[in-house]
Amino acid sequence: MIAYHRPRSLQDALAIRATQDVAVIAGGTDVYPAHAGRRAWGDPTHKDVLDITAIPGLDRIEEGVGGWRIGCLVTWSALRHASLPPLFDGLKAAAREVGGTQVQNRGTIVGNLCTASPAGDGIPNLLALDAVVDVASARGRRVLPLGAFLSGYRATALAPDEIVTALLVSRQPRARGGFVKLGARRYLVISIAMAAGVVATDDADRITEARVAVGACSAVARRLPDLEDALRGAALREAAEVPEAAHLDALSPIDDVRASAAYRRDAALTLLRDLLRGLSA
Amino acid sequence: MIAFTLNGARVEVEAPPFAPLSDTLRERLGLTGTKVGCEAGDCGACTVLLDGAQACACLVPTAQVEGAAVTTIEAEDPLLNRLRTAFLAHGAAQCGICTPGMIMAAADLLRRDPTPTRETVQDAIGGVLCRCTGYRKIIDAILDAAPALTAMPPAGEAVGAGVARLDGWPKVAGTERFGADGAPEDALWLRVVRSPHARARFTLGDLAAARCRLGLRRILSAADIPGENAFGIMPNLKDQPALADGEVRFRGEAVLLLVGTRASVEAVRDADLPIAWEPLPALHGIAAALAPDAPQLHAHAPGNVLVRGFLETGDVAAGHAGAATTAEGSFRTPFVEHAYIEPEAGHAEGHPDRIEVVACTQAPYMDREETARVVGAPEEFVVIRPSACGGGFGGKLDVSIQPLLAVAVRLAAQRVRITYSRTESMASTTKRHPAELRARMSADADGRFTAFELDGDFNTGAYASWGPTVANRVPVHASGPYRVPHVRNRTRAVYTNDTPAGAFRGFGVPQAAIATETLVDDLAERLGLDRWEIRRRNAIGHGDVTPSGQVLHASAGLPQCLDALKPDWEVMLGRVAAHNARATRHRLGAGIACMWYGCGNTSMSNPSRMRVVLGRDGTLTLFNGAVDIGQGSTTVIAQICADALGLPLAAFRFVLGDTSLTFDAGKTSASRQTFVSGRAAYEAGLDLRRRILALANAGEDATLALAGTRLTVTDAAGASRTIELAALPGDLEGDGRYDPPTTALDANGQGTPYATYGFAAQIALVRVDTHLGTVKAEEIVAAQDVGRAVNPTLVIGQIHGGIAQGLGLALMEEFIPGRTENLHDYLIPTAGDVPPIRVHLIEDPEPEGPFGAKGVGEPALVPTAPAILSAIRHATGVRITRVPVLPHRLWEALHVR
Ligand SMILES: Cc1cc2nc3c(=O)[nH]c(=O)nc-3n(C[C@@H](O)[C@H](O)[C@H](O)COP(=O)(O)OP(=O)(O)OC[C@H]3O[C@@H](n4cnc5c(N)ncnc54)[C@H](O)[C@@H]3O)c2cc1C
Ligand code: FES
Ligand code: FES
Repeated sequence: MIAYHRPRSLQDALAIRATQDVAVIAGGTDVYPAHAGRRAWGDPTHKDVLDITAIPGLDRIEEGVGGWRIGCLVTWSALRHASLPPLFDGLKAAAREVGGTQVQNRGTIVGNLCTASPAGDGIPNLLALDAVVDVASARGRRVLPLGAFLSGYRATALAPDEIVTALLVSRQPRARGGFVKLGARRYLVISIAMAAGVVATDDADRITEARVAVGACSAVARRLPDLEDALRGAALREAAEVPEAAHLDALSPIDDVRASAAYRRDAALTLLRDLLRGLSA
Repeated sequence: MIAFTLNGARVEVEAPPFAPLSDTLRERLGLTGTKVGCEAGDCGACTVLLDGAQACACLVPTAQVEGAAVTTIEAEDPLLNRLRTAFLAHGAAQCGICTPGMIMAAADLLRRDPTPTRETVQDAIGGVLCRCTGYRKIIDAILDAAPALTAMPPAGEAVGAGVARLDGWPKVAGTERFGADGAPEDALWLRVVRSPHARARFTLGDLAAARCRLGLRRILSAADIPGENAFGIMPNLKDQPALADGEVRFRGEAVLLLVGTRASVEAVRDADLPIAWEPLPALHGIAAALAPDAPQLHAHAPGNVLVRGFLETGDVAAGHAGAATTAEGSFRTPFVEHAYIEPEAGHAEGHPDRIEVVACTQAPYMDREETARVVGAPEEFVVIRPSACGGGFGGKLDVSIQPLLAVAVRLAAQRVRITYSRTESMASTTKRHPAELRARMSADADGRFTAFELDGDFNTGAYASWGPTVANRVPVHASGPYRVPHVRNRTRAVYTNDTPAGAFRGFGVPQAAIATETLVDDLAERLGLDRWEIRRRNAIGHGDVTPSGQVLHASAGLPQCLDALKPDWEVMLGRVAAHNARATRHRLGAGIACMWYGCGNTSMSNPSRMRVVLGRDGTLTLFNGAVDIGQGSTTVIAQICADALGLPLAAFRFVLGDTSLTFDAGKTSASRQTFVSGRAAYEAGLDLRRRILALANAGEDATLALAGTRLTVTDAAGASRTIELAALPGDLEGDGRYDPPTTALDANGQGTPYATYGFAAQIALVRVDTHLGTVKAEEIVAAQDVGRAVNPTLVIGQIHGGIAQGLGLALMEEFIPGRTENLHDYLIPTAGDVPPIRVHLIEDPEPEGPFGAKGVGEPALVPTAPAILSAIRHATGVRITRVPVLPHRLWEALHVR
C-alpha cells in the first residue's frame, strides 16, 4: 500500500521529506501519466507520496519591491489569469499552450520545472525570465539560479529532502516576454521545438537586454548567449533579422518520433525569428 | 474517509488517497458516467468539474478532493440539460464515450462565458478527444443556446428524417453502459501479462508457487486453455493463440492471465512472475520479413507471405504503351491506430448451462464462435451481450478480451472483469495495415485513363486477422472510381513481428487511394488538365464496367458528386491564386480526390436477419442483432423498418444485439449495416405488414394506426377495420433476411465482389507554413453518393468522422510498436485540427438497398488524405509519397533537395 501524506504545513512537509523516501505531488499531471506508463508494462509500484497541496499560502503570486514570487502551487490557469506586466507574456502564452484546459487548471509551473523535461514549455520561459528557484528543507532555505537547478535530462539539483517553494522573478523595467511553440497538432501536444524570450528596450526601442532560450532541442532547454549578445543594441523592429544558424550551435537536437534533428535545428531558427517579430509587434 | 461535495450532496468515501478520482467515482461511488480512456490526461474522457473548473479526474488524487465540490455528468443541472439536448439535436454524440467529458468541459466554459465564440469553444474542449464526430457538430451543439430536437416523424415519413439517434439519451446523460461500466461488484479481476519482446521464446516456472506467493486466485497459461488455443478472422486460418505457447511473435502478445482480487492482480510486478525470456531477432517491417534469409514466422506461410491478391483485366502493357503519358510512384503508409476512446473492457459470468460475456464489440456472433472454440464448448454455451461500444472503426471486430474472460470464468472464478489500459489496448489490438505501394497509371492525350497497375505489400503483423480481406479488397478498388480499360493489381499480405494489422475503416482502400490519386494528379499536371476535369472525364458512372468486370447498373453517383463540387472547387482555386500571389511563407493549396467503396464483404455471403414483433400487448419490438458502435444503425434500421411496416418510428421498442435473443445480423463492418441489415429490416417490416393486411383483408395501400392494443387498418377508400391485438392467438411477427448478391472472383479477380458501391469526392483547402513545414487544413467540402440518406444527421456525422480520421492519416498518425503506445505520443486530431466541413449528399438510389440506401461508414475517410496531399502539393509543389506528412518530412521535401 502506498503511504500518502498530505500535511497542512510546510514544516510538517519538510519533516516528512527529511525522513522518508517520498515523491512530491502537486497537480499530479506528470506524476499520474508516468505511473500509468510504467504500470502498463508491468511495474505497478509507486513510491510513497507527499502531497503538498494542502499547505496554505503556496498558491499565491506575490508582488514585492524587487519582483514577484510565484508559489509552487500556482497553476498554469492561475498564472494566465493573474494581472502581471508584459514581462510575463511569454510564460502566459505557454500557460495557454500547455496540454488542454484541464491540465492547465491543475498543473503547476513548478511541477513542470521539477519534471525537467526537455520539452517542458515552462522551462525556456523561466530561463528567459532569469527566474530563481526558492528551495526549502528541514535544513533551511537556499535559492538557486535556474541554470544551476536544472542539472540534466529530466534531472534537477533538488536534494531528496527538499521542496521547491517558489520561483522568484526580479523586476525588469521595460521588458516584455514572448513564447512560440511548434507541435504537430493544435491542442494537447508535446513541443517539437519552442522558443521563449524576454527583451528590454530603451526609449529609442533599441534592445538593452535580451534573454532567449530554446526548448526541446537539447537535453535541457538552453539560453543562447551568442544570440543575446547580438541582439543587444539592435533595433527591436529589426530584431527578427538577427538570429542566424551559428547562434544555435549550443543546441544538440535529436531525432525522435516527433521530428528529425536537422529539422529541429532549422525550426528553432524560424521560431526565434517569429518570437522576435512577435515581440516587436 | 475522504469527504467532499458530489453533485451537490455531501459524500464520504473510503478510498485509497492516491487512487485517481475517476477510479473512486466509478468503483467506489458507482458513478460510471465519468469515463476512463487513458489514465494519463490525454483523452479528457474523465473530465469533471472540480470546484467549478474542468479537470481530468484520472490525474486527481482522491485525497485532493477533500472539502472540494465535484460535479460529474450525472448532475441535475439546467445547463447540463441544455447541453444534453443540444448534443442529441446536432448528432454530437456518436458512440458517446467522449460525451460526458465533452459536456463537462462545455459546462465549464458556459458557466464562465454564456456567449462563447467558436474559438473559445475550441479552447474549452481542446483537451477532450473524440474519434467519431470530427468535433464540428460538438462545437455547433455547444454554441446552440436554444437547441430543439427534430420532431418524431409520422408513419411513413421516417426515412429521410434527421431524427436524433434513438439510443442517444443515455449517452448524453452519462447512464450508458460501456464495457467497463456494468461489472458485478463481486467480480474478480483479470489482468493479462504481455510480452515486452517482439519475438522471443519463453519458459514458465512454477506458476502455482507464484500464485500463492502473490495471493492470486489463479495464474493461467496456454497449457490451461480448455479448447483450441487459437483464434482468427478467417475460417481456415486460426493462427493467433489466446495465450502464447512458448513463443511470442509481437510486443504486447498475451502470455499469462492473472485472476484475483483487484488489489492482488494490480500489485503484481511482471518481474516477479516466473517467465524466462529468450529474445530472438525480430522482423520489423515488410522488407525484413521478405528478406531471403528471414526466419519463417508461421509454418503455413513460406517466405512470410500470408496471402496474395490479384486482379487483371485487358492488357496492361498495351494500355501503357498506347498512352500519351505514364505516371508512376512508390508510396508508404504506416500503422494507424483506431484510437477509439474506449479501451477494451467487459466482464463474464459463469452459469451451469452457459457463459455470458459482456464486452464492447462490433461482431457478437463472431465473438461467440471464437470464444466457444477457445473454451472448448458448443457455441450455444456462450452468450455474448454487447455493451455499448465506445468506438470501433474495425478495431473491435477481432476478439480481444472475450475468450480470455470466458477462459477465466471457466477455470477460475464465477464472475470476472477486465479493462485494458490504453497502452495495452494500443500494443495488443489490431491496426491499419502499413502499405508499401508501387503504381503506374497512363492516360491518352485527352486525359482518358488507359492503364493502371499496382503492386502492394501490406504488413499484416504477427497474425493474419483481416490481412486476407485487405489483400483481396485492394485489387478490386485500387484503380479508383474511374473507367480504366487495362488494369493489373497484385497484393501481398506479409507476416512480420509487428502488432497485428486488421480491419480499419476502408480495409486497405485508403492506403491505395493515396497512391492512385497522386498518380491522377501527376497525369493532370503532365497533360495540363485541371485536377477536377481529369477526374470528371474518367469518373465511372451508370453502365460502366469495373475492373472486375461488373457492370454498374445503378447507383453510381460519382459524376454527380464531382458536379456538385465544381463551384466550390472554382472558388477554392480562386482563393488560393489570390492568396499565393502575395504570400511567400504561408501558402494555400487546394486538393481533390475521389473514391469508391464496395459495401459488404468481398465476394462472400454476409447475410443479415431481422425480426419485428407486434405483441398482443400492443408493443412493437424490433429484434436487431446489428451492433451500433456509434454510427447509428439502431436508429437507421428502425427508420427503415418503420416505413416498410407503416407504423410511426416512435412506436418501436428495441431488443439489440444479444446472441441469445436476436438473429445474426453479421458484423458491423464493411459499411454493411444500413445496406444489408437495413434491407433485412425492410423485409421484416414488409413481412409484418403483409400479415396485418391479410388479417384485415386490406389492400397494399392501406394505412396502419396503433393505439394501445388496437390496430386500425384503413384502406384507400377510407374504410377501416380494427384488430384487437389482445384477442389474437399470438403475437404478429415479421421476419426479414437479406444477403447481398455477389459472386466469387476468378483467378483474374473477375466477378461481382459487391452488390453495390459508395462513391465520393472531396476537396480540401490547406495552409502550409513553408518555413516550418506545418500544414493546417482550412476547409473540406465533401460530396458523397449515399443512395438515400435515411437519416441525414447521422449520415453527415459519419462523413465528418471519416474526414477527421482521414486528416489524421494524412497529417499526424503513425503507430510505431514500442514507441507510440499512448495518446500523447500517438496523435489524433483535436478539436482545433478539424476544419469546417461542408457536405453535399448525393442520392443516386440503389435498387438493392432499403429505400435506395447504401453504406456510408467507411467511404468518407478514403478521399480525405489524398485530397489533403493534393492540396499540399498545390501549395508547395511537393509530391508526397509518405504519410503522415509530419512537419519535418514536409520541411525536408521543401528544403533538403
Ligand atoms: C495531457 C497532458 C498534456 C500536457 N501538455 C504539456 C505541454 O504541452 N507542455 C508542457 O510543458 N507540459 C505538458 N504537460 C505536463 C504538465 O502538465 C506539467 O509538467 C505540469 O506543469 C506539472 O505540474 P504538476 O503540478 O501537475 O506536477 P506533478 O505531476 O504534481 O509533479 C511533477 C514533478 O515535479 C515534482 N514536484 C512538483 N512540485 C514540486 C515541488 N514543489 N517541489 C519539488 N518537487 C515538486 C514531482 O515530484 C514530480 O516529479 C502535460 C501533461 C498532460 C497530462
Ligand atoms: S482518462 Fe483521464 S484523460 Fe483520459
Ligand atoms: S462520440 Fe466522441 S469518441 Fe465517439
